[in-house]
Amino acid sequence: MGEYHGYTGIVAEVLRKAGVKPGDLVRIRRGDGAEFEGVLMPRYSLSPGPYVVVKLRNGYNVGVRVDPSTSIERVGEVPRGKPGEPMPLVEGPLKPPRERVMIVGAGGTVASRIDYETGAVKPYLSVDELSLSVPELWRYADIDAMQVFQILSEDMKPSMWSRIVDEVARAIERGYDGVVVTHGTDTMAYTAAALAFAFHKGLPVPVALTGAQRSSDRPSSDAAFNLTAAVLTAARAPFAEVVVVMHGETGDSYALAHRGVRVKKMHSSRRDAFQSVNAPPLAKVLPYEGKIEMIDQRYRERGREELVVENGFHERVALIKHFPGDIASVIDALVDKGFKGIVIEGTGFGHVSSDAIKSLERAREEGVAVAIVTQTIFGRVNLNVYSTGRMMLAAGVIPLEDMTAEAAYAKLSWALARAESLEEVRRIMLTNLAGEMSGRHHLRLYTHTGRW
Amino acid sequence: MPGLDYKALGVKVGLEIHQQLDTTHKLFCECPAELTDDEGDVFLRMLRPTRSELGDVDPAALFEWRRGRMYRYHAPPSHTCLVEADEEPPHPINREAVAIALGVAMALRSTIVDEIHVMRKTVIDGSNTSGFQRTAIVALGGAIEVGGKTVPIETIVVEEDAARKLGEQGRIVDYKLDRLGIPLIEIATAPVIETPEEAKRVALAIGRLLRLTGKVKRGLGTIRQDLNVSIRGGAKTEIKGVQRLELIPKVVENEVLRQVRLLEIKDELRRRGLTEEALREVRPVDLTGLLRASKSRVIKRALKSGGKVLGVKLPLMHGILGREVMPGRRFGGEVADYARFWAGVAGIIHSDELPGYGITEEEIERIAEVLGVVRGRDAFVLVADSEEKARKAIDVVIWRVKMALEGVPEETRAALEDGTTRYMRPRPGSARMYPETDIPPQPVTQDLLEEAKRYVPKPPDAVVKELVERYGLSKDLAEAVVDDERFRVIVEALERFKGSLEPSYVAGFFIVTLRGLRGEGLDTDSIPDEKLVEVLEAVAKGEVAREAAESIAGYLAKNPEASVDEAVEALGLRKMGREEVEKVLEEIVAQLRDEILKRGERAMGLVMGRAMAKLRGRADGRLVAEVAREKIREVLARRG
Repeated sequence: MGEYHGYTGIVAEVLRKAGVKPGDLVRIRRGDGAEFEGVLMPRYSLSPGPYVVVKLRNGYNVGVRVDPSTSIERVGEVPRGKPGEPMPLVEGPLKPPRERVMIVGAGGTVASRIDYETGAVKPYLSVDELSLSVPELWRYADIDAMQVFQILSEDMKPSMWSRIVDEVARAIERGYDGVVVTHGTDTMAYTAAALAFAFHKGLPVPVALTGAQRSSDRPSSDAAFNLTAAVLTAARAPFAEVVVVMHGETGDSYALAHRGVRVKKMHSSRRDAFQSVNAPPLAKVLPYEGKIEMIDQRYRERGREELVVENGFHERVALIKHFPGDIASVIDALVDKGFKGIVIEGTGFGHVSSDAIKSLERAREEGVAVAIVTQTIFGRVNLNVYSTGRMMLAAGVIPLEDMTAEAAYAKLSWALARAESLEEVRRIMLTNLAGEMSGRHHLRLYTHTGRW
Repeated sequence: MPGLDYKALGVKVGLEIHQQLDTTHKLFCECPAELTDDEGDVFLRMLRPTRSELGDVDPAALFEWRRGRMYRYHAPPSHTCLVEADEEPPHPINREAVAIALGVAMALRSTIVDEIHVMRKTVIDGSNTSGFQRTAIVALGGAIEVGGKTVPIETIVVEEDAARKLGEQGRIVDYKLDRLGIPLIEIATAPVIETPEEAKRVALAIGRLLRLTGKVKRGLGTIRQDLNVSIRGGAKTEIKGVQRLELIPKVVENEVLRQVRLLEIKDELRRRGLTEEALREVRPVDLTGLLRASKSRVIKRALKSGGKVLGVKLPLMHGILGREVMPGRRFGGEVADYARFWAGVAGIIHSDELPGYGITEEEIERIAEVLGVVRGRDAFVLVADSEEKARKAIDVVIWRVKMALEGVPEETRAALEDGTTRYMRPRPGSARMYPETDIPPQPVTQDLLEEAKRYVPKPPDAVVKELVERYGLSKDLAEAVVDDERFRVIVEALERFKGSLEPSYVAGFFIVTLRGLRGEGLDTDSIPDEKLVEVLEAVAKGEVAREAAESIAGYLAKNPEASVDEAVEALGLRKMGREEVEKVLEEIVAQLRDEILKRGERAMGLVMGRAMAKLRGRADGRLVAEVAREKIREVLARRG
């Protein structure tokens, strides 16, 4: 007996026998005589237990245990509501300015609808949908939207970066004044860095990635705020760079535009999870006021460059972290598995265990590029201070200064797709292409300073 | 309300009792489940109306959003975390809270569900940072016996309390997050209650049952009653937030009266021949020019900020807006509340309250002329605000008057301190609830049911009997203990002072003494339980006299910061030792020497009278008597 609308085992059996399906009005009688009447709901798959879920007339769901003494009968059908004329959030027609912005959907629940019965959130991105649910976007631009794909953040792959780059490039060629990319937040920093490297030679307009830490089916969702800030950035920012635009603090006061090569998701759930690491954010974005205030005054200006696209990413790149155990075997295994590049988050200054030096040497012999960042997140790699570091350098590792692990990973993937030799990979990796490295850190860049 | 025959009117009342549970932590996080005076971090948020699968939006939510409402949240770190700030998903539901609710369900013989599903109930006034309240049914059905009548229970729910509203400043509403997430049990009765007094009795019975779990909070705001009231031919009105039990009958009375009056207004309007068509034809008229020189402050203020004065004729409505629908509220007030809520205006002015608001008889005459109002037959309404708001308000006024032709509109009303109510928002349609997908369903396991049994409240009669048998309390006193909010504290005190204080004294202190102080207008409810126990402790140890307990409690009520020691000190109640008592009595005996010599030992009454006048509350009565007798004998002996 297989699964039946998410139900398994005895419940699936009983439901099948009773000939009832989700959406039916059912009456369930328990062995003890207690009765429950309501609409049969589908069960989330992966929820164990012999329970059937019904939505009572008052809207509450309850689970009723099913055993051989349970009887279920269908007592009717619930009339399904018909979609009426959707109610727009603003009165009157939208009169957008002349700026045009393309929104490219690449995941995340920035625009979604809730399934009335299951409560599941279905992503749904279209211009019509946006104009109904986030009409404020039109204050700052005339909006077009398209969906490249809809995936979970964790299912993102380097090959998908290429498709996003293509769509963004197409929109720029078609004359849009800026592009917004919606994305799941968990891997947004990687994609942002990848786009930054693909467009580092020439970008005439801003490209703003954004997403939501609270899904858009909730009244408290940050999706609309972030999306509005991203559209404002795309339409009006004075810079032409790849940025992540997300909440700047827990409240709905301002967003921050972070350079794609500098940004990191630093919290699992907060709205203001994104921070610039080892660099200040590029700008403060105030979506209600319609203002953008630059924080970093050095930036690539809008309209100055022609579009130059260098697309393509290598898939066989790994990102690992040093740990107190047998790191050598992990490096060996990656080399054995045919990985062409490995980014290692080393300890403090960037070290791996001295017993792994041999593995690093072997990686070089096999033509595998090994690049080093620090697992402390903040600060700079320095392999000259201790002997292990000097041995690592001798084994050919590439110390990536103050780069984030995400930027290092995207950059190595991008470099391996175009370099002919390990030497060329090294040269690319150590060249500052999109602001991913800097030689100066002033005291205030470390975010915990002075808080306690 | 005299003259109302509730049975004949077909009054139907249902209760929803919300009671805070006394759990170690909140319902969906590990923060302490209590309020605090601590200050906190502050952040500003907006809430957006969300659209259902069918594309529709809760109109009230939409309205708040269009108004640009912002919520300023105050989050004390000692009592709130990322969960209250809506910055982290909720943790699994608090098992203790569920067990308490299941214990109550067992006592009410309700049907317990097998798996608890937490739902999101949309709440858009900002009182929940998420925009919804998390709520779960744990049991259905059951009943409670009240005064020989069986009142069916519909649902038993566990849910999170909302944030505390601190105030409003323009578009911004301030909320404190300490209360958000405190577990509540909600018990809803079927609408079978037929009189205001019965509503109170049922609320009292449910409140007592909850107290007897020993796991509920006490004090103002920890229990809140919502009432559903309807009369035959009227409509179901949901009244939110009645905080004091004593207010329930008054609120029901007032609502019944309101529905009766609205039905009378309906009949009167129909008798006068007012129709919906007639109302459809009325149009707002711009009276700004006419009233430019008006001395009315309301009008001057609106015009000064660039606003307009719009007026509308309400045909055949003379005298209707001025009709009282409940004490202190006229029908015009009902209409004004709609205009405030839906159009965001400060208020309206209607012809039944004119002349007034600085509008002169001459102006009224001209307004009537322009609007085509026949005085004594028609009515009119003025709104002074920005043109957009004023137009909206006029539409809302007409809309509400149309409703009057149908009688009583379904609405949610807020209970006020004086027992009246005011319009809050339309009654939500079919409850819009979604599963809380962040919280896995909680199976009601055998373990959980065993745990719940600990909280099953005993039947009140059994508890009374136990108190009588164990402590020798009178039945009346025992019943009062069971009905007291401090039930648990009193029982603990009875046990603790067993052997050192008479139980009737201990119980009497909480019941009689504190009630007496309340009668004098003192707030004894807010004296912390521990301090009251300390007072008894001091008596038990002989540090203060038994009679001193009352004045100490009174002092504590007046001086919330004071400790028991400070109270004793400030009142000069430190009990006198034998030496001090002897000194006082020597003086008295010296003054009364002649009398004592005359009366002999029979002078005891006189001496004691003087002594107690001086020493009451400061020395133990028995000690005073003993010393008095000694001193009298000394006097008599010396004579001899």
